[in-house]
Amino acid sequence: MTDIVDILLSASFWAAILRIASPLIFATMGELICERAGVLNLGIEGIMVFGAFAGWMAVYAGLPLWGGVAVAMLAGMAFGALHGVLTIPFGLSQHVVGLGITMLATAAAYYAYRLALPEVTNPPRITPFQPLHIPVLSDLPWLGQALFSQTALTWAGFAATGATALVLFRTPLGLAVRAAGENPQAVEAQGLSVTAIRMGAVIVGSGLMAVGGAFLTMSAFSSFFFEMVNGRGWICIALVVFGAWKPGKALLGALLFAGFDALQIRLQQTGLGQVVPYQVFLMIPYLLSILALIVMSRRAETPAALMTPFNRGDR
Amino acid sequence: MRLEPIAAPSHARTLVPPAIAIAATIAVAGLLAAMAGANPLHTFGLIVKGAFGSKFALLETLNRATPLIFTGLAVAVAFRARLWNIGAEAQLYAGALLTVLIGTQLGLPGPLAIPLMALGAVIAGALLLLGPVLLKTRLGVDEVVTTLLLNFVMALFISYLLEGPLKDPMGMGWPKSPSLPRDARLPRIVDGLRLHWGFALALICAAGVWVIQTRTTLGYEIRAVGANPQAARFAGIPVTATLVKTALLSGGLAALAGFSEVAGLKGNLTTDLSASFGYTGIVVAMLALLHPLGVVVSALFVAGIFVGADSMSRAAQVPTYIADLLLASALLFMVLAVLLTRFRVVRG
Repeated sequence: MTDIVDILLSASFWAAILRIASPLIFATMGELICERAGVLNLGIEGIMVFGAFAGWMAVYAGLPLWGGVAVAMLAGMAFGALHGVLTIPFGLSQHVVGLGITMLATAAAYYAYRLALPEVTNPPRITPFQPLHIPVLSDLPWLGQALFSQTALTWAGFAATGATALVLFRTPLGLAVRAAGENPQAVEAQGLSVTAIRMGAVIVGSGLMAVGGAFLTMSAFSSFFFEMVNGRGWICIALVVFGAWKPGKALLGALLFAGFDALQIRLQQTGLGQVVPYQVFLMIPYLLSILALIVMSRRAETPAALMTPFNRGDR
Repeated sequence: MRLEPIAAPSHARTLVPPAIAIAATIAVAGLLAAMAGANPLHTFGLIVKGAFGSKFALLETLNRATPLIFTGLAVAVAFRARLWNIGAEAQLYAGALLTVLIGTQLGLPGPLAIPLMALGAVIAGALLLLGPVLLKTRLGVDEVVTTLLLNFVMALFISYLLEGPLKDPMGMGWPKSPSLPRDARLPRIVDGLRLHWGFALALICAAGVWVIQTRTTLGYEIRAVGANPQAARFAGIPVTATLVKTALLSGGLAALAGFSEVAGLKGNLTTDLSASFGYTGIVVAMLALLHPLGVVVSALFVAGIFVGADSMSRAAQVPTYIADLLLASALLFMVLAVLLTRFRVVRG
């Protein structure tokens, strides 16, 4: 028990929560935007892999860090556009296309990696984002290290959450996006194009997913590894459900989830880790995600037209 | 633009889009090879030769196709009922685990052990998919995410067993299970040729699934539930029961992939038993348009691409990931092409 208290009192634990949550926050917001518009984007896992690769590769090739983020985002948007064209105007199964995009983007990243670096066993490192020093706040004892020692990309994730909430719930554009996911017929009746709105949402959402992936190679670590995304995309899909399709709640879910993840890593080092095999700790994030889905299932406020293609003229 | 169904598609309508999809896939693959600085035609030649060019290559392809037939069938059966089982990878490992447990822990004679191993595998795989399906039918929890997440849980569970209670004491520290005794392994179909009875079992399963889908009430119910669950319920079809039966069938088939790999090929369980066979099963099933006999052809094609690409990359400087890229493109081109055989795109 004292172990847990020690962990909770250490500033590095709280800093780790924010760091672990950051990629999840970006990608969860991306998925949330897609689903609010009525499109389930199972391309998320692959888009994160490609974002992780593209951002890192761009910086390795000489671009500044923010240039790498932009490259990752553009690459994500390109995959989003492909997903969108196949699932929105053509109305193909969002499950099949999404999984296909994940396979395509993952394989594309690995292929490009091997083309660029044929012989290496240890991938080269880049200089990643450094913790942003915020005047006064970062210098506070304990609190400064716990909460204000993050990179600019983490703060961008919080900003993205705020922007998502603001646009979705306070602007006419957000209303149109949400309506496209709830009642596309009504959107068309207003003279707006459901196709255009959904395409825009999927492209922007996929861009955010790719930035989430890029966080891994450009802020959390400094190299690209195979299988480094490791199911984070699927966890984000669970987080969207857990957050009841609301940005604030989804952010809370991501932080809570990251909290458990940071805790299990530290518990492995304690006396508990001597008794319980490490695989059990590593299972916790996935089991928690399943649990979250079960708990929230009764209260789920799924967008009514999620996964329903819209074809003008159909009734 | 919008889509308009075509009442009676012409022959050209049904043939041209898939042909274009194949051509487009080849074009993409050629482009990828050229990006790697290789001659596309030469690369294709090496892939085909590496997959089918010799007796050794052909047997390798058949061996690689065996688990893919099982997982492809598992996915095809489930997707037909719109049950999105993305967990074939975990079900495969569940089957492999039971195969090893029964084969090494009970000390049964071979003729008794082998059928029990297969049965245990099928039950384990079926039960593993039953959970997500009950969560779907009872609570409305999306089975895509639960089956996907269970793949990671299962991989960690297997890793724990192989480093702990199931670790081979003779394994020189490697995380692997003890090996099956000789008489508990699937014999080879022809002496001297490296092809085991798992392949024959896969073909039998494909025929069995085809019979179920086309000749039985369950097959009819599966199609009805997949086409329109509301209408199926209205017509008096027990939708939940059908989904549960589909899940048992699908999970069991995926688990047989694990049984066949352990009992027919590897003899023991390791964490890399499956080269993503569960996920590749999705591509296999979709390229076969969910047809059980088509799954066999499609699994041979997909296995050939992987085996051929492995062999090609040793000769030319093209990374093996070209196989994954080629198959993902083929999948996306093909689903679009199939749509265009039934719908025409009109303006407005």
